Amino acid sequence: MTPALETIGLKKNFGALPVANDINFKLAPGARHALIGPNGAGKTTFINLITGRLSPNAGTIKLAGEDITRLSQAARVKRGLGRTFQINMLYKGLSVLENVLMAVSEREGRGGDMFRVAGSHRDIVEEAYALLERLRLADVAMSLVKELPYGKQRLVEIAIALGLHPSVLLLDEPAAGVPSTESSIILDVVESLPGDIAMLIIEHDMDLVFRLARKITVLVQGAVLVEGTPAEIAADPRVREVYLGERQHG
Amino acid sequence: MFHRLSPDDPPVEQMVQSHKLRPLELLPWLAIVGAYFAFPEYLSLGSQILLTVVFALSLDLILGYAGIITLGHSAFFGVGAYTAGIYALHISGEPLSGLVVAALAAGLVGLASGLVILRTHGLTLLMLTLAFLFLIHEIANKAGFITGGADGLQGIAMQEIFGQFRFDMFGRTAYVYSAVVLFIVWLFARLLVHSPFGRSLTGIRENVTRMHAIGTPVRRRLVIIYTISAMIAGIAGALLTHTTQFVGLNVLSFERSGEIVIMLILGGIGRLYGAFVGAAVFMIAQDELAKADPVFWYFWIGLLLVLIVMFARGGILGLVDQARRWLRRRV
Repeated sequence: MTPALETIGLKKNFGALPVANDINFKLAPGARHALIGPNGAGKTTFINLITGRLSPNAGTIKLAGEDITRLSQAARVKRGLGRTFQINMLYKGLSVLENVLMAVSEREGRGGDMFRVAGSHRDIVEEAYALLERLRLADVAMSLVKELPYGKQRLVEIAIALGLHPSVLLLDEPAAGVPSTESSIILDVVESLPGDIAMLIIEHDMDLVFRLARKITVLVQGAVLVEGTPAEIAADPRVREVYLGERQHG
Repeated sequence: MFHRLSPDDPPVEQMVQSHKLRPLELLPWLAIVGAYFAFPEYLSLGSQILLTVVFALSLDLILGYAGIITLGHSAFFGVGAYTAGIYALHISGEPLSGLVVAALAAGLVGLASGLVILRTHGLTLLMLTLAFLFLIHEIANKAGFITGGADGLQGIAMQEIFGQFRFDMFGRTAYVYSAVVLFIVWLFARLLVHSPFGRSLTGIRENVTRMHAIGTPVRRRLVIIYTISAMIAGIAGALLTHTTQFVGLNVLSFERSGEIVIMLILGGIGRLYGAFVGAAVFMIAQDELAKADPVFWYFWIGLLLVLIVMFARGGILGLVDQARRWLRRRV
């Protein structure tokens, strides 16, 4: 079966520092795949290479078999690649509904319409609102994003990505910065996402990773150290050394 | 006619109806019609204010909505003014076709410069808008055979509008003409900012990284609004030519670029009506204060601007908003 997303020999250097070192990676359709690794392992860089925020020095990126290495960010999104950011990237001065509306409207190819008011696309507004209901954000639909608690803002981040109807969703630490009392809501939402979305999730919280992922890739110094099921990863001595070893020594 | 939305309406309803005209939006038009009858001896100043509102509106589209910070917007005002003047002198004194030609010329210059300038951000972009203005200014200065150089374009004679309405010495026609053009520009700008395209400009201003990540062709959107804004600025410049029947190099001055930014900040950016309030307050204050002291009046404008920027970031209309919220809480 063609992978939903694939990278072949992906390389990126920041100056002399290799941050992506020959990464071969496959994300199966409908996958629940986690990418873990110590700080500075190049996880976010990997996401930025896939989405086109950064361009690689070498290698190929394929989305559902199509080479997207040279495409713009926007063109990749149009082909079904969605993402969330580790640090919120929201329209803080706009309402929650407008934030999601922006994504749905772009997906529908309406973002460039000049001669109709936005409100005349009632179906788009209704779809955006239904998405908020699904993520239990309907009660704050008209609140400005900057007035929301951080945990809710993280949900808006996910809602915007879902508004794009992605076939591949890259979640960059969805629960980062959220107090543990609220992170379970985010976990619930991520867990309940439609099964046909192939999901790659970067996360530091190991409980969350082991609860969500059916496959885990460990990235160390820009290279894939090992890949396997949660049980295999938990038992792997190299992973223990990188991750748990530090704690045992310290 | 008016549907007053309340925060209790369903969110979908509030969004779908957010573009509906609010009664307050008619206020500027009442003022513009009222001023015609109330101040017949000030109609020349009036038409200058109206065309400056057109200019300020064009700036609000890129500065207030799309977040493009420019100090060179008079380049397009100037191109419009000169095009209208040259067209009237050499081709036809008919004003409406002059407006169209001026808008097209300014739009073309806006498109060409936008394609280059909008590749950059922040300070680089600001400096490029400024540099571009100086370039255009020098071209107009050197090309004296067509622009009149430092002497300006003289001897422009405008025909009647629709072959009916002569530009009279009391400025009645000029005032009504400017008001009608402003009305059409306002209708268009208002539709634009409420359209999905206009909302996406706000998105670019609020978070450009996110816009890329939802698949927006950001640069194309910016170039389009920059071109539209240049066309409207060109229309404002053409109005100046038509109503004063003279074009001088000062249409391309840095002061004009700076002042229009000041007016917009004074009135309130990113809300369309800041352009109306800012231009009117600035120019009426200039007129009154300059009578008392033709040099020192800039001091008061400067002081006002310092107060606005420090204590009322939303400009005069932002203050009005705060006052209304305060009143509502009291009642």
